[in-house]
Amino acid sequence: MPDRRLVLLALLLAAAAAAFLLIGARGSWSFLLAFRGQRLLALALVGAAVGVATVMFQTVSGNRILTPAIMGFDALYLLIQSGLVMALGATAYVQIDPRAKFLAEAAVMMLAASTLFAALLGRGRSDLYRLLLVGIIFGTLFRSLTNLVQRLIDPNEFAIFQGAAFARFSNVDTGLLAAAALLVALGAGYGWAARHALDVATLGREAAVSLGVEHDRLSRRTLIAVALLVSATTALVGPVTFFGLLVASLAYVLFPEPRHGLLLPAAALIGATALVAGQTLFERLLGMASTLSVVVEFGGGFLFLFLLLWRRR
Amino acid sequence: MSRAALAAAGLGLLCLVSVAVGVGDLRVAGIGRDAEADLLLFVSRLPRTAAVVLTGATMAVAGLVMQVIARNRFVEPTTAGTGESAALGLLLVTILAPTASLPAKMGVATLTALAGTAVFLAIVRRLPPTQPLLVPLVGLVYGGIIGAGVTFLGYETDLLQYIAVWTSGEFSGVLRGRYELLWIAGAVAVVAYVFADRFTIASLGREASVGLGVSYGAMVALGLGIVAMTTAMVVVTVGMIPFVGLVVPNLVSRAMGDNLRRTLPYVAASGAGLVLACDILGRLIRYPYEIPVGTVFGVVGSAIFLWLLLAPPRRA
Repeated sequence: MPDRRLVLLALLLAAAAAAFLLIGARGSWSFLLAFRGQRLLALALVGAAVGVATVMFQTVSGNRILTPAIMGFDALYLLIQSGLVMALGATAYVQIDPRAKFLAEAAVMMLAASTLFAALLGRGRSDLYRLLLVGIIFGTLFRSLTNLVQRLIDPNEFAIFQGAAFARFSNVDTGLLAAAALLVALGAGYGWAARHALDVATLGREAAVSLGVEHDRLSRRTLIAVALLVSATTALVGPVTFFGLLVASLAYVLFPEPRHGLLLPAAALIGATALVAGQTLFERLLGMASTLSVVVEFGGGFLFLFLLLWRRR
Repeated sequence: MSRAALAAAGLGLLCLVSVAVGVGDLRVAGIGRDAEADLLLFVSRLPRTAAVVLTGATMAVAGLVMQVIARNRFVEPTTAGTGESAALGLLLVTILAPTASLPAKMGVATLTALAGTAVFLAIVRRLPPTQPLLVPLVGLVYGGIIGAGVTFLGYETDLLQYIAVWTSGEFSGVLRGRYELLWIAGAVAVVAYVFADRFTIASLGREASVGLGVSYGAMVALGLGIVAMTTAMVVVTVGMIPFVGLVVPNLVSRAMGDNLRRTLPYVAASGAGLVLACDILGRLIRYPYEIPVGTVFGVVGSAIFLWLLLAPPRRA
């Protein structure tokens, strides 16, 4: 018997998906369903991946403010992407199969993120604010480096890459859908397999170690899984800073008990529902196609300030 | 050689390089005789160099003043929402009164920058003094929220391109007649130097400064005015450059301590030198193209910021 709250969330997601597919539908159904269906899958995939990645990351880093995106994971992925363009040359880069490219980028990302952030988390565990600030500044550094690299590639073709700097929910890159789904399945699958260890890890590093969970190994592997999830979402829609924070906070409100067997699916469902419903609302009903990302950043920013100022531990 | 002479010589050298570097061929022999050489020198190269020097120096001074009035080493106009507030003001004027004169636009931008920074200071006063890193953190997110609002407004009104100009610093558009507002920012920085001793006392806090006969409230108000005016001028003429006001005062303070009367000229000179070096670098890396100084300094500035955060402090 699944948890009733999860069933409710699943029903909400189904309703949002139906609204996304059907509202304002005109013309050939076969084309429409195929076209909208792909976008629906991509949005749901991104929402779920962001939710799961954020909960896993917050569990191993031992706080509920920090998210992979705030720590600069998305920015790191974009940097790797443009670094690859520079290493290969723009013409060669365009000729490679986009899926192979995407998987190669994800592999580099796994390596870079797990070494860099494992070192940072190990060092900054005692001082959350320093860790947060360092993460944000790392994000700025990665973004500036990405800008620099993109300008170095070819200033005339600079505009081609510039689109990647904003999240674009209305223009999802569906060509990578299958490859991204594979990565999300791998990352989320690891989270599911490790759900009991993650439950123990919420007690803190010392308690977890004394209960027989190898915390350092768990964090490193979780960071690798998070890197996979972030690679998939960033490749599909670009960087989203505060969305994960919103989703994870909602999941904690609905599921106060630290059971990842419930938390992870809940975060996935909430993330997917929020993106699909939000996009339906803004695109179909309000006619403002690209504003969802701005609204998410706005609301997420306020939530971040709230958590920082009024819910300090 | 004394420290002052060294700083002056370094800055002078950088200025010479800045005047010499560019796509157009500047023949030194032609200056004063050849009209083309004069045009290049006086319309493009000298104004650009002056604009870079003024921006770097005034942003560094504004950052230092901001750190004094917020009593925190890790704040500056880009980590306190000041730049975003100025951009918001400019955007509002552009939408509501597109025909407003430049001084009017400047005035509105200054006022919104002032209001935005004052709100930030009010938030900061509520934070526990034992957590100094919470202040820039809150400031960055606060600026991000205002920035999201600016992006939203700009997107809805098709003015995103203006916003890109205001938020990313670039000097390639500087010609004679287009940067002179920055001299006002320079004058404002001189005002900061005149009051340097009182700012040093104000940096000790309300009780200490009132005890020493300095009106703390007046100094905070003056500091706010200096920061808001400088930021507004820089945003409207060249655009924001991140972290200049943060890293430069911290580097100088590590070497020379916190007596503003002594350090302020060095802060100004180092700010000018650092931004100038980044601007020259941006002109040379991908010659004959230019990389905006905001991008170059984004890399340099955030790297130094990270070092400041992670390196162990030299003094306890």
